[in-house]
Amino acid sequence: MIDREQVQKVAHLARLNLTSEEETQFTGQLSDILEYFEQLSELDTSEVAPTTRAIDMSNVSRPDQLQPCEDREIILESAPDRDGEFFKVPKIVNAE
Amino acid sequence: MTTAAPVKTQYEAVIGLETHCQLKTDTKIFCNCSTEFGTPPNTNVCPICMGMPGVLPVLNQRVLEYAVKAGLALNCQIAPYSKFDRKQYFYPDLPKNYQISQYDLPIAEHGWLEVDVEDKDGTLVRKRIGITRLHMEEDAGKLVHGGSDRLSGSTHSLVDYNRTGVPLVEIVSEPDMRSGQEAAEYAQELRRILRYLGVSDGNMQEGSLRCDVNISVRPVGQEEFGTKVEIKNMNSFNAIERAINYEIERQIEAIESGERILQETRLWEEGSQRTISMRIKEGSSDYRYFPEPDLGPIEVTAEQLEEWRSQLPELPAKKRERYQSELGLSAYDARVLTDDRAIAEYFEAATAAKANPKLAANWIMGDISAYLNEKRLSITEIPLQPETLAELVELIESNTISNKIGKDILPELLVNGGSAKKLVESKGLTQISDTGALEAAIDAVIAANPDELAKYRGGKTKLLGFFVGQVMKQTGGRADPKLTNQLLTQKLNG
Ligand SMILES: [Zn+2]
Repeated sequence: MIDREQVQKVAHLARLNLTSEEETQFTGQLSDILEYFEQLSELDTSEVAPTTRAIDMSNVSRPDQLQPCEDREIILESAPDRDGEFFKVPKIVNAE
Repeated sequence: MTTAAPVKTQYEAVIGLETHCQLKTDTKIFCNCSTEFGTPPNTNVCPICMGMPGVLPVLNQRVLEYAVKAGLALNCQIAPYSKFDRKQYFYPDLPKNYQISQYDLPIAEHGWLEVDVEDKDGTLVRKRIGITRLHMEEDAGKLVHGGSDRLSGSTHSLVDYNRTGVPLVEIVSEPDMRSGQEAAEYAQELRRILRYLGVSDGNMQEGSLRCDVNISVRPVGQEEFGTKVEIKNMNSFNAIERAINYEIERQIEAIESGERILQETRLWEEGSQRTISMRIKEGSSDYRYFPEPDLGPIEVTAEQLEEWRSQLPELPAKKRERYQSELGLSAYDARVLTDDRAIAEYFEAATAAKANPKLAANWIMGDISAYLNEKRLSITEIPLQPETLAELVELIESNTISNKIGKDILPELLVNGGSAKKLVESKGLTQISDTGALEAAIDAVIAANPDELAKYRGGKTKLLGFFVGQVMKQTGGRADPKLTNQLLTQKLNG
């Protein structure tokens, strides 16, 4: 279902460093999960239009009305690091 | 033995633009935070735009309206069914580690706009440029500056998330452009249309309009495209043109010397006037789009679409056309007047008040624009109403006042507004076109300057100008210039 190379690629995209043991473990586990979902393929869906969601609703929207959030301090404080009114993050070397 | 010079390969550039444009809403695309520019860092943030767990984004109605109107104005097909997707990437300006965007079902597709570009002989040629798609998405925050640690160099960056979640439309063109000039014209027309619609202020300096360029070169006649390079970081139309021209030269030189063009992103450096590589590692951008589970799909009904279509203003291309065909303006005048919607509407209000279009155009493009530029005002902010301009133009056209008097009283009208006719009357500035009255003034001037008269009659006819000046002085500038000239010449020669 899924091979080691795919697991390595997904790990890279998610910025995860996996050990060789973890790669083996996740390759097996992810394959199991996908196989489980594969059971759904037994159903004939050739007559069913594709959908992106199970609940039938659309056009949920709100008016363009300003309502400022009062919790700035809480938001800043909940970050791992801050510098005054800024969030502080590790230096970015390039846009990788 | 003679050798024929090798035939020089002719190249052509293939250029497409991706334009990000901030929509002029009060609040962000999925939350009620303000979109105001220039507020203190991290004041316009809330749990939703900061991507806290468990929050529910909800689409701003006005964003949809503006995106659909932009799509309609760009001759796009509006999708009856559209949705949002998550675009995953890691960068600290993105608090959620994904951006809510639209992937396979954008709100608008398959449009076009037209630009007039100069060909080699300098004649304007109309060119249609395809719009591949237009979609809605959220903007990212801003990395402010790297902090520096004296011992180990800079160690961290500071982030301001005020811009996170500000609504954008991304407009992707077809690779239909062939020169820097065409690309700059396209970007300007796009900005003009968005400003006419009132959906964006299109300010490149403040970053509310950002253009990325995709460019490759190929030998003329070759079907397939060359390797595409992306250029970013141009903050004026002029910079777009120069960056493209630089990049065309760079790529041709590289190909001619046998180098391989790398598929990469390059930054335009305004200081050195060149593009530099950003060296992004290949294979890093795999955005793994998937449908945004927190937002439902969008269905635009036919009725809604027609309502929005009916609200579209007359667009710049249509106005340019009409000013030439109906009002007899030159292509140049039509272009200048329609660049800004407020100016165009002012002009139209003046012509609706029966102003001669060409004369009204001259006043607006000349003295009035100069005043607006000097005072940094918009035409909607001055007391001089278009109806007053029509009056002023009429007074001149009917010879009630001279053009010179018109220019003299304009500053007062610009500052105080009011009626041009009343101002002329109260100041007694009406032009003297009565032969009897003018002759009296002329006789007095001639009588007062016997020496000059003698010189004139002795052959120094250039002194006519002196006499005209004296008559103008005598009449406070109110003498009808044509008639004065005519009568003076008769009397001086008589
Ligand atoms: Zn917010």
